[in-house]
Amino acid sequence: MIVSKEYVESVIAQGKRIDGRKFDEYRKIEIEYGISPKSAEGSARVKIGDTEVLAGVKMELGTPFPDKPEEGSIMVNVELIPMASSMFESGPPSINAIELARVTDRGIRESKALDFKKLCVKAGEKVWLVFIDIYPINADGNLFDACYMAALAAIKDACFPLLNGENKIDYKEKSKNKLPLVKMPISCTVWMIGETLLVDPTPEEEMAADARLSIVILEDGKICAMQKGGSMALRTDEIFKMVGIAEEKTKEIRRHFK
Amino acid sequence: MKYTKRNDGRKFNETRPITAEVGVIKNAVGSAKFQIGKTVAIAAVYGPNNVFPKFLQKPNRAILRCNYNMMAFSGSGDRVRPGTNRRGKEIGMVIEKAFENVLDLSEYPRAAIDVFIELPQTDAGTRCAGICAASLALADAGFEMKDLVCAVSCGLVGDQVVADLDYSEEAFEGGAVDIPIAITPRTGEITLLQLDGDISKEDLKKAIEFGKEACLKIYEVQKQALKAKYEEAKE
Repeated sequence: MIVSKEYVESVIAQGKRIDGRKFDEYRKIEIEYGISPKSAEGSARVKIGDTEVLAGVKMELGTPFPDKPEEGSIMVNVELIPMASSMFESGPPSINAIELARVTDRGIRESKALDFKKLCVKAGEKVWLVFIDIYPINADGNLFDACYMAALAAIKDACFPLLNGENKIDYKEKSKNKLPLVKMPISCTVWMIGETLLVDPTPEEEMAADARLSIVILEDGKICAMQKGGSMALRTDEIFKMVGIAEEKTKEIRRHFK
Repeated sequence: MKYTKRNDGRKFNETRPITAEVGVIKNAVGSAKFQIGKTVAIAAVYGPNNVFPKFLQKPNRAILRCNYNMMAFSGSGDRVRPGTNRRGKEIGMVIEKAFENVLDLSEYPRAAIDVFIELPQTDAGTRCAGICAASLALADAGFEMKDLVCAVSCGLVGDQVVADLDYSEEAFEGGAVDIPIAITPRTGEITLLQLDGDISKEDLKKAIEFGKEACLKIYEVQKQALKAKYEEAKE
């Protein structure tokens, strides 16, 4: 469906959305764990309406950062493959893919959702590097929340690989040791079209949007990551209105992870 | 080296379990998922599309572009680095050749038909699974085709000719020969053939026979998957 910004705005001016949802209503959310159990250490599929994202965790051993000798690390990568939408092209990651990956990365890293100290094999020498690769396979709006949820679900599904005697990974067998996911930070992106705030946009709404704010919130209500997008400036009161919506919605989304 | 019993207990000419589903990517013109054992391939078709730069256009026909990609977490060992690589490019090219004879490309002069194949999980036989998925996706997209294309990897494990090798067989310590084959099932013609390893003429002949036999089984699964979509639509 191709519709103009004016059309989206005119529908919103009547207090409605083009697909008939309420402004604070998500489409149906589905999370499926272990979609690539043979190869990935952890994997998941997340659907929000017709948006579908696959994510997988692979682990490697590496040297720690000099300033954090006892901590492992994560690397998040999003591939906007042309399979998912005619808007995506092959080639090196676009700025959109990079932003998606970095916002997801920060949500998980800054909340210390993973206990990075437990990813240490030998201090100063060997730590686990957790690679999280995210592939939208059908892009139908709200990739911010879908990619984030897929990454979190893949980590939740993941187990440590086994090490052999020489501290090398033995890919033939898998352990049942889950990754130390100690917190569940949940992301909700609130979008602004004119004066109206809404969640879970369709691609048409995303293209018509003036601003967005991704907010990652912990179970205790603490905010652990934010990213403003779009060129419209936001007032402080608008930001806190958006945070309020995200607080409510992340409670809803959190239930899908149980 | 003798290979007397298959690792997963299959008969020598038996494929792993196969499932197929059509219409899995809503944004695409046509799409399909094909699973054989633990190898999963998803294919999406977009087009006919414009071709840029213009010198790549063919005045009398469409060009077919196939893109084969293993997802970063899909390998049995280390993470696969995302992005293009030589292996993926070559496989994309041989898949294009496997379809060019089957599609009526003259219907869309100067345009391109794009096929994207992604693998979320692999256990050998990925290009063949990709071809089976792409074949369904092209049919689902409604492009005129002389036939579906079915593909399977056959070969030699130790001293034994087998159909549909899995990863443990490809890595058999007594040596293995891998022969990916694609056929058009109605005519029995071969549209893709590759081989690496060493094999006698007699064994090669037997492997191709196993391949054809397995492809006919795949053909039935493919037809069922296509029919299932239209039966759903009827309801």
